[in-house]
Amino acid sequence: MIRLENLTKLYGSFVAVDDISLHVPRGVLYGCLGPNGAGKTTTLRMIAGILRPTQGRVLLGGDDVHVNPLAAKMRLGFIPDRPFVYDKLTGAEFLRFVAGLYGQEGDTVERRIAELLEVFELTSWKDELVEAYSHGMRQKLIISSALIHRPECIVVDEPMVGLDPKAARLLKDIFRQFVAKGGTVLMSTHTLEIAEAMCDQIAIIQHGKIIAAGTVNDVRRQHQAGDASLEELFLKLTGGAHVRELAEVLGR
Amino acid sequence: MKQPTLLHVLQPKWRTALQRIREERARGGSGKLILLTLVGGAFWWLVFYVLFRILRSLRAVEELGALIPGKILGLILLSFISILVLSNVITALSSFFLSKDLDLLVSAPVDWLRLYLAKLGETLLHSSWMVALMIVPILTAYGVVFKGGLLFPLYAVIAILPMLILPAVVGCAMTLILVNIFPARRTRDLLSIIALGAAGGVILLFRLIRPEQLARPEGFRNLLDFVILLRGPTSPFLPSEWASQAIMGYLGHELDPFPLVMLWTTAAAFVAMGALLHRALYAQGFTKAQEGAERFIRGGLWRWTVGSLLGWLPVAKREFVLKDIKLFFRDTTQWSQLILLAVLVVVYLFNIQALPLHRGEPVGFFYVNLVSFLNLGLAGFVLASIAARFIFPAVSLEGRQMWLLRSSPLDLRALLWSKYWVGTLPLLILGLILTGLTNTLLEVSTFMMILSLAAMAGLTLAIAALALTFGTLYPQFETENAAQIPTSFGGLVFMMATIALLALVLMILSRAVYTYVRGTWEGQSVGVTPEMLVLFAVAAALCTAATLVPLRLALRKMESFEF
Repeated sequence: MIRLENLTKLYGSFVAVDDISLHVPRGVLYGCLGPNGAGKTTTLRMIAGILRPTQGRVLLGGDDVHVNPLAAKMRLGFIPDRPFVYDKLTGAEFLRFVAGLYGQEGDTVERRIAELLEVFELTSWKDELVEAYSHGMRQKLIISSALIHRPECIVVDEPMVGLDPKAARLLKDIFRQFVAKGGTVLMSTHTLEIAEAMCDQIAIIQHGKIIAAGTVNDVRRQHQAGDASLEELFLKLTGGAHVRELAEVLGR
Repeated sequence: MKQPTLLHVLQPKWRTALQRIREERARGGSGKLILLTLVGGAFWWLVFYVLFRILRSLRAVEELGALIPGKILGLILLSFISILVLSNVITALSSFFLSKDLDLLVSAPVDWLRLYLAKLGETLLHSSWMVALMIVPILTAYGVVFKGGLLFPLYAVIAILPMLILPAVVGCAMTLILVNIFPARRTRDLLSIIALGAAGGVILLFRLIRPEQLARPEGFRNLLDFVILLRGPTSPFLPSEWASQAIMGYLGHELDPFPLVMLWTTAAAFVAMGALLHRALYAQGFTKAQEGAERFIRGGLWRWTVGSLLGWLPVAKREFVLKDIKLFFRDTTQWSQLILLAVLVVVYLFNIQALPLHRGEPVGFFYVNLVSFLNLGLAGFVLASIAARFIFPAVSLEGRQMWLLRSSPLDLRALLWSKYWVGTLPLLILGLILTGLTNTLLEVSTFMMILSLAAMAGLTLAIAALALTFGTLYPQFETENAAQIPTSFGGLVFMMATIALLALVLMILSRAVYTYVRGTWEGQSVGVTPEMLVLFAVAAALCTAATLVPLRLALRKMESFEF
């Protein structure tokens, strides 16, 4: 469903994403892990068509995001890490606007808006301007907007940031059900427990390259990590020994 | 605990400013700097030259000498102080209550006095720099005409500085009190309306009292009365009067330290009082500033009215247009500018109506046509200023939400189309009404009426396209206040490009108008000649090119945006 071919992104001479190739099949929840500045967000923003790759291409359901953007983007729901929305629209207006961007309108959309607001407990806020929403409520609104047109795949950057435990649990359930029905989710996260519990497959990115990919067990086997937890595995692969040293320094 | 210095507290601000300059230089912004210096220099020179000529001729009037120049300086400084109070009130709202660095500063162990002084300094700098720059050519003209000498600039700085500090303290105190009464976001809305309403009122009042009548000699009954009036202080309790007295005293070689002492002691006392007020009210005000506007909006009205009118559009375009209209009318900083616009239009029409063209004597056919033709340029300039306010910021205002537009299947052409027509249609209607009404007031012929309306339509379409394009080429994605966007470098380039276009189109059309006016003057019946047709076609082609080429550039630039 999502295919990255030799994807590279340069900012001046800095290589943010370095020749990444990846295939996320239909019906899979795929996790992108990596330390800060590894290139996860840049990769996801290239998949969403917000950034242009310096080299390589992104295919969504067979359509190149930069050659045939409209067809590719119709399949996609994107949830960014920072919830910037129009402050002067109400929640319901924002969802109606997003549905319009995907060419959808009418009673079906109104029903879908009511449904999503209900699920994310925003119904009582639907006629209030977004400027009065909390960070978590904005995040919920953006998640609703990504689901409004019933996408085939969802690309999500740090999905749990700002969500309360109930909403985080709800989102996990939504993603699992979405995948069970044949949808595809590609998400980046720092929360390794979430990745371990939710993801069918993972890729660990460092310095813009994929340094390990597959199921958690595959990665353990590839790196002879025995039955190490994903956290230990992650720290081993990304140079996490520093973390222990840091903990010692801070504990002094 | 040792408290940080003021410079340290303001470090994020000045380091950011320095970094911006470095980045600009790295991007090869020297061309920009040269252009800004040239335009700024030309403006300074113009202000200096006009004032220099006025002051020189006034100084030559023996009975009055320095009296009128002193009065003029007092009035200029008084108007600056009024502007400064308003601008400080608005700036203080951002720097004391809405700025992003406040969470860090308020949670850090920085004492209240340091926070107050640092933020007062920041407010002072942000709101006074433009006035301070404006004062330079004005005082230079005074210094040159009255032979102030080499030390005059230093003396002027000593006299003007406290005059800038006082409105800053007053503005900050007013904001502090207002925020304690209303939530900060609502205060900002209120202030925008009050500020623009007040500015509009002053312009309207000034125009309606017909100041040009004062220039008529028969207006003065008695010279002595006039001199007595001039000798009296205009506003003895205002710092502008003290600063003016201090400066004129120095220039008249009658150095009186009293005005300077008044300025500096009052400034010091005001800062101390402002600090005490800050200590008493800031914590409570800052808490209130965190409150949202809390407004429930149904939005059904827009859907039923504009939404139904746009029913023929594809859904994406329709929703986009609706969204833009809603955002405009819900953002007070945007729609409140319409107040000023309405005032300017009234003043504009009033000026045309007040022209002494139809005052009993035989109608000056030549002058009527000349004014009608030149009016095209003036109306074009007014439209350009409006486009700079409302169309130029359109793309910049999408900045933070661009992730949504770029990740959705919205065609960027549709986005550009919506932005263009949402801005152009009202501008076109206004342009045509303005031209039609002024031509009716001038009682022009049908030929001139049709020519003006057609030229205005073509120019408006091009001006709107240029505004949108320059706004896209020089976007300001980080700005939260739409009203600040047109004052950027891109806004300046847009205005220059528009003036060039206006000049070019008028130059092309002038030949046709000249042929028509000369023919009619000579009593011939003048029709549309082949030469005129060619000129009209060239002007139309120019306007079309100035519409389509920029829009294409804007689209290309938009496609290359990365977020």
